[in-house]
Amino acid sequence: MAEESHIKIVPAGKLGYSFRRHLRERFIEIFLFMSAVLSVAIMLAIIMMLMKESFVFFQHVSIWEFLTDTQWTPLFDDAHYGILPLVSGTVVSSLIALLVALPLGTIIAIYLSEFAPFTVREVAKPFLELLGGVPTVVYGYFALLFVTPLLQVIFPELPGFNLLSAGLVMGIMIIPYVSSMTEDAMRAVPMNLREGSYAMGATRFQTAIRVVMPAAFSGIAAAYILGISRAVGETMVVAIAAGMQPNLTWNPMEPAATITAYIVQVSLGDLPHGSIGYQTIFAAGLTLLLITLVFNIIGHVLRKRYREIY
Amino acid sequence: MENNSETKNEQRQFKSEVKNLNFYYGGFNALKNIDMVLHDKKITALIGPSGCGKSTFLRCFNRMHDLYPGNRYEGEIILHPDDVNILASNVDPIEVRMRISMVFQKPNPFPKSIYENVAYGLRVRGIKQRAILDERVEEALRNSALWDEVKDRLQHLAFNLSGGQQQRLCIARALATEPEILLFDEPTSALDPIATASIEELITDLKNKVTILIVTHNMQQAARVSDYTAYMYLGELIEFNVTDTIFIKPKNKQTEDYITGRFG
Repeated sequence: MAEESHIKIVPAGKLGYSFRRHLRERFIEIFLFMSAVLSVAIMLAIIMMLMKESFVFFQHVSIWEFLTDTQWTPLFDDAHYGILPLVSGTVVSSLIALLVALPLGTIIAIYLSEFAPFTVREVAKPFLELLGGVPTVVYGYFALLFVTPLLQVIFPELPGFNLLSAGLVMGIMIIPYVSSMTEDAMRAVPMNLREGSYAMGATRFQTAIRVVMPAAFSGIAAAYILGISRAVGETMVVAIAAGMQPNLTWNPMEPAATITAYIVQVSLGDLPHGSIGYQTIFAAGLTLLLITLVFNIIGHVLRKRYREIY
Repeated sequence: MENNSETKNEQRQFKSEVKNLNFYYGGFNALKNIDMVLHDKKITALIGPSGCGKSTFLRCFNRMHDLYPGNRYEGEIILHPDDVNILASNVDPIEVRMRISMVFQKPNPFPKSIYENVAYGLRVRGIKQRAILDERVEEALRNSALWDEVKDRLQHLAFNLSGGQQQRLCIARALATEPEILLFDEPTSALDPIATASIEELITDLKNKVTILIVTHNMQQAARVSDYTAYMYLGELIEFNVTDTIFIKPKNKQTEDYITGRFG
């Protein structure tokens, strides 16, 4: 009875080297490695392409002119190649979007993570994430056809295309990203830290602000950085609702083009390959990549420095 | 209990009286008909096997169970000298926690400086004056025997302290608000023997200042630090008496079996 039920898991006298197991492990390892390499390779390919085409562009236009000229009219007879008007449009629309998305996203996250009863959270979260699943082109027309007329009731002189409306709607669009990641970071803070705060006589709000948020700082910083990158890189909303005229302005009530909107505009046009106008989009794309890269680096540094150490 | 006649004079030695306490996690009756007292400025230990309800009982004293839905208290925990039932639904748990502080099993310093950790309870109470904060923080750190080790780095992050220091910091944090009762939930179970010894010494020193209720897994610890001991099993209070009596000649067979290590 005892002998029958005894199953030998390790066969006796076979402590050798299993070639088949070794081969299988190697195969899996190589497969995983290739998957990782692929993403890096694609990234490198994009950077190479941008650099190569930009290099041609900068042989025609000096970097100094590119960075200091106040006009961006590469498609006109009197061509100017100053990136500043596109940068100003990007900065203004992104700032408005972030003024909406970061505070609202954070407040929603605090509510969902610290206050909401279980059932409310289970219902609210999917809805919020649905907001992030709406195609951006829908947001674009929402801004142009709904928010702009609404704003024109308050500001009658507001033009039909403007940065304000595009920025506001972009902010609404980014809220789910910020709130979802912030909430995840806050919920990851262990319960014993919260209990420590409650045990000192703190209220829910005091606990959320003074203990949970500082403890979740690195995750919240990551959420903010993602929000910023989304705002800077957003294309459809600004292309539709902000107009496409490059315009060096810091006034959100004016129409302007962002870097992304310009790239769309040129890509859809019929400019011949290899022309200087065609190459401008690569220089603009490279600028965009550098901006988002800077934010990603900042996010990385913040995450390193304020590692979750609870 | 030794005193059955309830004169005012005898009540005065009690900081708290637990009367017919029942506690439910949803439908599960986790504490059953508990009657007990906490003697003023004494240390009372709760012992018993895992899952016997000793931590659940401890957490009734600062209404910690109110944080989670579906929990329910029945019965009374009377806090003297106010003679108020702290479990009553018209008593705000935050008010209770302002007077009954707690130290947890695992040191849980906040992601703040050493100074701000100790000042936390005061800040939550709205105290902003620097002089008062400075004074209370120093006093609490001295009382938790941590002052000499940290006085030169009060602005450093609390996470940089060792486990034993972190636990003493948590004790300082609880002391800074001058609680009437201090609850300890297995405060040394995550610490090495040397840190444990220093925490035990600290707890013994504190009993002149505050009434202490301590849950411990370690029977030697209960014997070393406590004046009174309660043995719990399956949500019931089996025996409660002076610590020496519990450990030398327990009246109940179950208590004896647990203490002599035949069970548990």
